[in-house]
Amino acid sequence: MILKLIWRNLWRNHRRTLITTASITFAVMFCILMQSFQKGAFDNLIKNVVGYYSGYVQIHKSGYWNERVLDNCFELNDTLIHKIKQQKNVLDFVPRLETFTLASFNNTTKACMLIGTDPIKEKQLTHLNEKIIEGTYFTIDDESVLIAEGLAKRLNAKLNDTLVLFGQAYQGTLAAGKYKIIGLLHLASPEMNNSFVYLPLKASQVLLNSENRITTLALILDNPLEKIPLVSSLRTQLSSEYEIMDWEEMMPEISNHIKADGASFYIFSAVLYLIIGFGFFGTVLMMTAERKREFGMLISIGLKKINLGLILLGETLLITALGVASGILLSIPLVVYLNRNPIQFTGEMAKAYEKFGFEPVIPTAIDSTVFISQAGFVLILTLFIGLYPIWHIHKLDAVKALRN
Amino acid sequence: MKQAVIDAHNLSKIYDEDSIPVVALDHAQLHLNRGEFTAIKGPSGSGKTTLLNMIGGLDHPSSGYVEINGTNITKLHGNALIDFRLNNIGFVFQSYNLIPVLTAKENIEFIMLLQKIPAKQREMRVLELLKQVGLENKGDKRPGELSGGQQQRIAVARALASKPQFILADEPTANLDSVSATNLLDMMLKLNEEENMTFVFSTHDQRVISRARRVITLEDGKIVEDTAPAKITNGINLLE
Repeated sequence: MILKLIWRNLWRNHRRTLITTASITFAVMFCILMQSFQKGAFDNLIKNVVGYYSGYVQIHKSGYWNERVLDNCFELNDTLIHKIKQQKNVLDFVPRLETFTLASFNNTTKACMLIGTDPIKEKQLTHLNEKIIEGTYFTIDDESVLIAEGLAKRLNAKLNDTLVLFGQAYQGTLAAGKYKIIGLLHLASPEMNNSFVYLPLKASQVLLNSENRITTLALILDNPLEKIPLVSSLRTQLSSEYEIMDWEEMMPEISNHIKADGASFYIFSAVLYLIIGFGFFGTVLMMTAERKREFGMLISIGLKKINLGLILLGETLLITALGVASGILLSIPLVVYLNRNPIQFTGEMAKAYEKFGFEPVIPTAIDSTVFISQAGFVLILTLFIGLYPIWHIHKLDAVKALRN
Repeated sequence: MKQAVIDAHNLSKIYDEDSIPVVALDHAQLHLNRGEFTAIKGPSGSGKTTLLNMIGGLDHPSSGYVEINGTNITKLHGNALIDFRLNNIGFVFQSYNLIPVLTAKENIEFIMLLQKIPAKQREMRVLELLKQVGLENKGDKRPGELSGGQQQRIAVARALASKPQFILADEPTANLDSVSATNLLDMMLKLNEEENMTFVFSTHDQRVISRARRVITLEDGKIVEDTAPAKITNGINLLE
């Protein structure tokens, strides 16, 4: 009967309840949409940046990230492979041997970043083959290079020219080799586009005198959202000889940008909820003030103040639950639709995005935490507002209330 | 010797309004037995409602005390006092007596729910009470769908639901037309006679006063007369 009483009390003033519920509904819906868009944009940004080269998680020899030199390479042995493959979230990995060398064509020599990689696995992680603008993609046994178009321009080199690579190999030996350019790549980042040279892993290991050794293992994950448990699991299972880093540690500037932008969203939604909160508080104030005499009567006949307070809190929570539930229900189809049909940028904006290798779209993220966090936030706000009727009842003098 | 239900000893209530003390009740002494049908009358501001509030444990006296069935309720506070009221005193107010969103049945049942009486027992008692107040066919109506007189009858039924020691009614007929007021009085007299239920009213209404078995008159917070209606209606006892 108490639940019946709470429910019916809500509908004493249909219009007021509907307006209050609607304001909560729209606030929740708006915040869910906004946060889904923001999260979708961030996910897209991460996918673009991380998927472009680094991958979500990398394994190196301890200390490599601070001192990225060839001598900090490690042997890719079966034990390590076995331990990585045991991880549920790891689909595969891309072994890379990365070092700075000099690239020379005719009379021009430039510093470059040489990446020895497994052509097939690299394709899975970074879709390197899709970045070829001229020529063909290399195979595992090729002794040819793919060169970023910016670097090619700086060297005045073209497709089918021979590039000379020379520098320091593993343990201070000399590395020198000549390779045919079989493909030109367009890499979105200007820095990468002006310096990257890809060579099949085997050929790079021969060149750098580091047979079966690599500097980086970039992991291909099944679920990138589950990277944190994977990193901690790998840290437990692999010896301290290795360092395991996720993209946030490798690219803190992106992570910080996301955090800062995320904070601005929270400020915006806090302001929105504050406005809604005041509106809702007005409703609660009215609901409490206009029933003063009734409260006096209920206390007189034997209803304990705490129980009356809980009934009023129940009314506040129920009106919120209605608003939150309808807000969530209405936003689900919208979020799903905008995830499947993201907002597309056109014109100059689209070109700017594409120039940096980003898809010119903003999809929404379908993430249950967005819905849960908004619902939780509104419920906390309501609980806070719901304290008012409890305080009011606590202070209520039944005799005065009956005279009201 | 008759059993005392209400014993008020030297009850005084002084309100401090803007630092000016106002005496609402001045050393009132009252002794009510089980089965009495008592009206408290007096002009506005004479202290009728204050006396009723003290007896009903809604307000605390500035001095003196009230005993209900031997329990000094002046010493009770907070939940203990609310529980005491729930189990011992039935209230009927002048207006806004019922919870507007509950039906007549639910209003009566509500008080038994607070007493934690099992559902089946509650249901049986509700039907019995609706019959007693002559509204067995109105159980599913909400207060807004009932006339003022019917609402007051339901309020009496609710007051009876907790099986109280007595029922306090503050101007129960004030908002009723004469037919409804008479019907309500008839019903309460019947309950008084058949169930030996004790009723105490505060009233201005001559219809109530004339049918009470005992009339207490208050003036300026003092009990100035305590008598049977025959004496104050020039020898015509309207009860008989």
